[in-house]
Amino acid sequence: MIKRILKFAWVDFTRNKASNMAAVFILVIPILLATSLFIFKGVSTSIIDKVQEKIDITAYFKEGAQEEDILIIKGELLKLSSEVKDVQYVSKIQALEDFVKKHRDDPDFMNALEEVGGNPFLASLNIKTEEPLQYEKVASFLISGPYSDFIEKVDYTQKKDTIERIYNITSSVNRFGLVVGAVLFLIAILVVLNTVKLAIDSSADEIKTMKMVGASNWFIRGPFIVQGALCGLSALIISLIISGFCAFFCAAKVMVLVPGFNLFSFFISNMGTILLLQFGFGVVLGAAASYILVRSYLRA
Amino acid sequence: MIKFKNVSRAYSSTPVLDDISFEIQDGEFVSIVGRSGAGKSTLVKLLLGIETPSSGEIIIDGCNVSQLKPIELSQLRQKIGVVYQDYRLLQNKTVYENVAYVMQVQGKNEERIKEEAEKVLEITGLSDKADNFPDQLSGGEQQRLAVARAIINQPDVVIADEPTGNLDPYNTYEVISLLVKINTLGKTVILASHDKEVINKLKKRVITLDGGKVIRDDKIGQFIL
Repeated sequence: MIKRILKFAWVDFTRNKASNMAAVFILVIPILLATSLFIFKGVSTSIIDKVQEKIDITAYFKEGAQEEDILIIKGELLKLSSEVKDVQYVSKIQALEDFVKKHRDDPDFMNALEEVGGNPFLASLNIKTEEPLQYEKVASFLISGPYSDFIEKVDYTQKKDTIERIYNITSSVNRFGLVVGAVLFLIAILVVLNTVKLAIDSSADEIKTMKMVGASNWFIRGPFIVQGALCGLSALIISLIISGFCAFFCAAKVMVLVPGFNLFSFFISNMGTILLLQFGFGVVLGAAASYILVRSYLRA
Repeated sequence: MIKFKNVSRAYSSTPVLDDISFEIQDGEFVSIVGRSGAGKSTLVKLLLGIETPSSGEIIIDGCNVSQLKPIELSQLRQKIGVVYQDYRLLQNKTVYENVAYVMQVQGKNEERIKEEAEKVLEITGLSDKADNFPDQLSGGEQQRLAVARAIINQPDVVIADEPTGNLDPYNTYEVISLLVKINTLGKTVILASHDKEVINKLKKRVITLDGGKVIRDDKIGQFIL
């Protein structure tokens, strides 16, 4: 029976070229929209990650703080939350060396350093978290936690506004993505349902005839579902080619707008997800729409 | 055997069939006659389980049609061949595929289907049109294809609902001859028609409907209205 259903579907698919071609090209639209949204998410995540990489907080230790104590605090910080991404220890000597390296050609800075005399820098821990909101937790652990006696200062207060602004932007971008995604999903369902409906409407009389000659519901429904999936599959192939070409040819331009983001590499490295997404929006939606619509005719 | 027991069917509050009772024995040729709107097509729909009676029972081979589950209804329809006035062919399938579909529905093997389809196309004179699509056939050929589809399964019962309504006298004669031939092979044939000439020539049992009621049931009947 399955072999017959597949054969009927293939024969009908190849015979109704005009209506199937129309359905395929309409199906390409939601698939491309979904792919674009996925790529937009990739671009925005890349931008957000780059901005977030530039944010950190620094805890400065009192003059007398021993390196072993600081390293214990580093370990505690890493244990504090899985969202503490990185903690870098900068010793007094390292801090001085970094300063000299950075300002060696600037006599004003070098003279000021000479005037102060000795090593005015403090040992510090440079902390990065996965989420901007985690900085507050880390700062309060350092300021009011068991190791507060070692801490000279934490520069969280100065960076708080920037961190919160970035957090808000990140949240807005994510919310925007979710809303657009939900709207797109609804549009995709409506487009696919209407496209498949047009194709199945013309077969309404045939469905009645099939019922009349004793075909079971699955024997009637099967070829329509497979045809829907075939339309979705064809649309997937076309969408994949179009999106691949676009990613390849736009990569250089996107690189100018988002430095460090290679669109084509992103496309290739996420090929599995993109294929899954396109399969979902094309093949699964096409087949599901056929199932639902034929069912309504079978009930009539 | 087919039995109608006090069957009524109403749409909204308008009765189309009103307390109808009759029996059809295996191998009979029965014509159901009446004016347009007399309830002939409703009667056919009730027989096929497309509609259910408002009251009463329709029994086919001991089964109450309106109480059958969908799968049982499909199995029942596989035992009944139907011919409609508007042919109701599968437009996307060729002549061969239209007749083969009925056997494919039952899961018969392709070899047997080919054998039966060729035989039935030969009987209906459509062998040379096997690869044509229905829209490439004349009205008469389309109706003969509908008859071929109805008989390929060698059903126990063939129901023809106004099969000659769209045909010229020559094609009418051919289709009716086919139905008579099917009957001589021992199949029950139920012909719903308002074609007086056809009914009178048949000289078979005639059930006459008027206003949703059976007003006559004659063993060798005439179209009298």
